[in-house]
Amino acid sequence: MNTVILLAVTGVGLGAIYFLVACGLSLIYGLMGVLNFAHGVFLTLGAFLGLEVAQRLGATTWAGFAVSLLVGALAGAVFAALTERILVQRLYNRHIEQVLVTVGLGLAAVALFDGIWGTDPRFPRGPSWLGQTSQIGGANIPNIVFLAILAAVAVLAGIVLFLKHTRYGMIIRAGVENRSMVQALGIDVRTAFTLVFTIGGAAAGVGGVLASHHFGYVSPMLGQTLLIFAFIVTVIGGLGSLIGAAVASVLVALLQQFANFYLWGTGDFAVVILLALVLLTRPSGLMGRTT
Amino acid sequence: MTARNTANAESKVTEKVTDKVTEMRRASRPPEEPEASGPRSGLLGLIVPLGLVVLLACLPLLNLSLPGVLPGATYTPGTLHLLALAMVMAGVALSYHLLFGVAGLLSFGHALYFGMGAYGLGVVMDRLELALLPAALVIILAGVVMSLILGAVSLQVTGIPFAMVTLAFAQAGYVLVRKNPGGATGGEEGMRLPTDYVPDWLVGVADTRNVYWVALAALVAAFVIVTWVQRSRAGHVAEAVRENELRVRVLGMRPFAVKLAIFVAASVIASGMGMVHLLLNSGAVPHVMSAEFTISLLLMVVLGGVGSRWGAVAGAFVYVILSQRLAVFAQSSTIDDLPAVLRIPLSEPMFILGAVFILVVMFLPGGLAALGLRVRALFSRRAKAELAEGTPTPGELVQEDDQQP
Repeated sequence: MNTVILLAVTGVGLGAIYFLVACGLSLIYGLMGVLNFAHGVFLTLGAFLGLEVAQRLGATTWAGFAVSLLVGALAGAVFAALTERILVQRLYNRHIEQVLVTVGLGLAAVALFDGIWGTDPRFPRGPSWLGQTSQIGGANIPNIVFLAILAAVAVLAGIVLFLKHTRYGMIIRAGVENRSMVQALGIDVRTAFTLVFTIGGAAAGVGGVLASHHFGYVSPMLGQTLLIFAFIVTVIGGLGSLIGAAVASVLVALLQQFANFYLWGTGDFAVVILLALVLLTRPSGLMGRTT
Repeated sequence: MTARNTANAESKVTEKVTDKVTEMRRASRPPEEPEASGPRSGLLGLIVPLGLVVLLACLPLLNLSLPGVLPGATYTPGTLHLLALAMVMAGVALSYHLLFGVAGLLSFGHALYFGMGAYGLGVVMDRLELALLPAALVIILAGVVMSLILGAVSLQVTGIPFAMVTLAFAQAGYVLVRKNPGGATGGEEGMRLPTDYVPDWLVGVADTRNVYWVALAALVAAFVIVTWVQRSRAGHVAEAVRENELRVRVLGMRPFAVKLAIFVAASVIASGMGMVHLLLNSGAVPHVMSAEFTISLLLMVVLGGVGSRWGAVAGAFVYVILSQRLAVFAQSSTIDDLPAVLRIPLSEPMFILGAVFILVVMFLPGGLAALGLRVRALFSRRAKAELAEGTPTPGELVQEDDQQP
């Protein structure tokens, strides 16, 4: 029983990190039809800069950790906004070229990180509480898991509130629904494009700092590795659906954890098989529109 | 704000109209026209490729040097290895061209079939104790079966979702070879070529030129097969599906079967090239099955010019030789003396290649093929006419999923 609780809670924690990456991907795809291959490098940059700042301010203090989260979010957001403005926006409405540009950026950025921080992983330190465990129903759960879940829920709530209650949120929702109609009404959707990139980048940056503590290391490839699972999550959840991404993140992570433990470390295959099953039965994903 | 939007909407309308016009133009082209690039006017179209093959075949016997491009004289094993690698990559790039340039399928999992060829051949020789040729046949069969099954699943979706699904399958393969099941694939370290089952003339460093000839033969075979598939009925239908799937369906043809056939053909060619890669590198490492490997194929094809066979070959040669030269350049003292701001980006070959790729996509969407066409347009009226029709760009090739109405 302890094992089941442990696997379930850590699974949800892993799902939280997947969600932090996938929410931006899903929003960007939903609004712009762009599969953002550079999303992982937003995360990696957030993780590295967060690590650097935390080291300078004292990695074991809560203040240092909070600032590193903030810096991670900021780094991801700025990098994403610049990517959208400088590269993606110039290729207005040419989706495949936009995807190719993000592919190129992903390659170039990972190589640059290799050059700056080296290819070996670096190990972040945090407040001592993060390294400890808490008991839930007899299972010792690492505390970072709770923090990751908290952050993901906060990000989800924040994005939902933003989408529901602000003017730009409304434009984004309308744009996901029917972009041409929004443009025909004379609304400039390009600001909304930059905005979803920025939000997605910020979420990925936070995800980066949390992922570095969760997995215990940062390497230039960290983001791109997580990105592949985030892609799977967005396809299973339904491209463009935020809630779908949230549900699928948890589902995928739980499946991965349980299959890894009970089925001899086959978590990654179980996920791919789930993806194939979902595509065969519901090609638009769990919560995607069935058009 | 409104003015900008109107301009926006207008540009969108014009874009739509030009799209339609290009589509109609393409449709009205005579059937032998679609291979819009490469030397192909009658006799010249045969002499140039044949001459090139003969020249490449003679290189190991000659003492030519191209300082700055090749690491040494052409008969040295180092240079032959580099050229053979470029030829293997050109073969895979051609198979990727078949997927992307002909059928408009943007796959991010093509490395799976290449890696399957490389690892599969080694494992089959080692475990089933088969000689090279029977083992290669087994792998070709396995490649057909695997690509039939996985292709049938992936082709349930099109456009970007297709890219993601193929990526996921390839990732599963990548995880598998890294997990080292039963000690067969060697995990992170990679697998060594089981030399006991390979003829002696393909094994040693001194025999690099034999492997070089094998690679050349494989490249020529890949080129012939790709040309044949592209000119076959299936190739034409695939191109038609790329342009307008609905119309093809109305005509009573089955787009799914055609796309699957192209997918299988491309995958099997990739497996074949993977086997040559195993011989060439005397082993296989997980990188050959990774997403980065597929992305490098995409880079080559786009760099060379999508939709062009010669472009794919040229792109692969440029990519392989450039990445090798850039790595050497990164070690040189010119780089070491630079300040860190310049030194770090310049000492990372992938950074430079990634940046070049971004620039090509943004400013030269037709790639090297378009550049070549532009040069030829200075001399030939025919090339000029082709240029006026426009060169294909990556975006025109891939079907947009009908996500946005």
